[in-house]
Amino acid sequence: MSTKVFEVIQPGPLTTIQDLGRSGYQQFGVPTSGALDNYAYRISNLLVGNAEEAAALEITLFGCQLRALRETMIAITGADLAVTVNGAPAPAWESLSLKQGDVLSFPRLSSGCRAYLAVAGGIAVPKVMKSASTYTKAGIGGFGGRPLHKGDILQANQSTTSVKVVRMLSEYIPVYGNQIEIRVIPGPQDDLFTEDGISTFLNSDYTVSAQADRMGYRLEGPRIQHKEGADIISDGIPLGVVQVPGDGLPIILLVDRQTTGGYTKIATTISVDIPRIAQAKPGDKINFKKVDEEQAVALLKKYEQQMETIKSRLYA
Amino acid sequence: MIYKEPRFLSGGDHAIFIELGDSIDPDVNQRVRNLKLAIEKADILGVVELVPAYRSLLVYFEPLQISAAEFRETICNLLQSLASSELPKRMVIEIPVTYGGEFGPDLELVASHNNLSAAEVVRIHSGARYLIYMIGFMPGFPYLGGMSPEIATPRKTTPRLKISPGSVGIAGTQTGIYPAESPAGWQIIGRTPLELFHPNQEPPSILQAGDYLTFASITPEEFTIIRESVRKGTYQLAKKDIA
Repeated sequence: MSTKVFEVIQPGPLTTIQDLGRSGYQQFGVPTSGALDNYAYRISNLLVGNAEEAAALEITLFGCQLRALRETMIAITGADLAVTVNGAPAPAWESLSLKQGDVLSFPRLSSGCRAYLAVAGGIAVPKVMKSASTYTKAGIGGFGGRPLHKGDILQANQSTTSVKVVRMLSEYIPVYGNQIEIRVIPGPQDDLFTEDGISTFLNSDYTVSAQADRMGYRLEGPRIQHKEGADIISDGIPLGVVQVPGDGLPIILLVDRQTTGGYTKIATTISVDIPRIAQAKPGDKINFKKVDEEQAVALLKKYEQQMETIKSRLYA
Repeated sequence: MIYKEPRFLSGGDHAIFIELGDSIDPDVNQRVRNLKLAIEKADILGVVELVPAYRSLLVYFEPLQISAAEFRETICNLLQSLASSELPKRMVIEIPVTYGGEFGPDLELVASHNNLSAAEVVRIHSGARYLIYMIGFMPGFPYLGGMSPEIATPRKTTPRLKISPGSVGIAGTQTGIYPAESPAGWQIIGRTPLELFHPNQEPPSILQAGDYLTFASITPEEFTIIRESVRKGTYQLAKKDIA
């Protein structure tokens, strides 16, 4: 059973419905999509007593405004968009009770790039290829395959758990700065770059360009030198891979990336650093640091253990 | 050429490429398909998703369930027993196409570029069997091999901003079908009334890597009839198994 929960007063530049993404369809040319900042997204659901993978809103930058159509519990995580309820400041990273008619606004960007709004019970939309995630480019999933528009009415499922107000442990709330270090594992085609090229990549500061979206982040900075050329026989594109086309400028490929491509890929972002890229915005600085597979897996293990700790302490 | 030993390339902490050869070649691609099917059949714990390409398979895995090293070992064992394992047959799928006119505005250009008549271009294009090397670029878009060099034509110098779903085109020595509306620099020679991609069907793409397709020339009247039956969901795709 689902009932109306929000009316969209203003959608902001890009607000979409996302979940953990769709798995198994890249072989048919369909990207996974899903929440770009998997950490903030999963926590938002935990704060309202949902399963981690319930559908939620991904709100990009500021300007979104929603009206509650009934009483509901929500939680906002991710970017600090100076959230207000009826004009009064409201807390993020904790569960928040709304009454019918309350107006929720995201008026200003303080830090980060994408906020997540979870609703108790989860946003209700039909699943397409087993996921609620929106892939706007092909009009697949979410709210009719598109970003939210003014006047859209969102439905949420009935919450099955009784939700109490919970607050995220402050030590686990990320701080989003303007300069991030992204850890990468070399490959798949690091052998097609010169030593100088690899050194440029690992020792330069890059700037997030205006072409930065859910598909990928184009970076500006020193050009990375190939040995012979940038073209390869097209192959798959892992999440977080850093592609370097002929112009030598790196592109970090993200959840809405094309499933295959024909440019050299110098390194791949480790899983736990994807959420940090998700919160970087045009103008922010990125530098890359090489790690090995063992370090990456150890960090991922720690990340998942932290998620378990958060769960047990939230529901203690 | 198929490599003697597969090359394992890193795709980060959660993905690995298995590269099986050095070229775009039907034998290499068949080995990619066979390996994909063998991994699916082996139902390996921690394997999340497989993406076949021309000469490599990208495998997404859950690193907290299986390590890349364990996975590499499993793959080497699978590759050794690949020849003897039973694999599903490949299919040839027939794609009806109306060539020329409003359906294929560049047919005449492709003909004159190659000093052929439009009818000869249609005969050559619909007379070949094409290997679906992989699906990529956009949902349901097939990368095809096997087009005759006799009808090869460079891309348009100025791409069209919009082409219709189902457009069949030529770009250099490649031919392909656009499943959805898109900007395109390809020379459009015809259009199919079929819908290559259905988000709500399982599998969503009627074309799959490793299968073959052929094009069959149909009249504009037949286009309308097939289009109607596709819309009603009554169209029977013409396909047959091959050895």
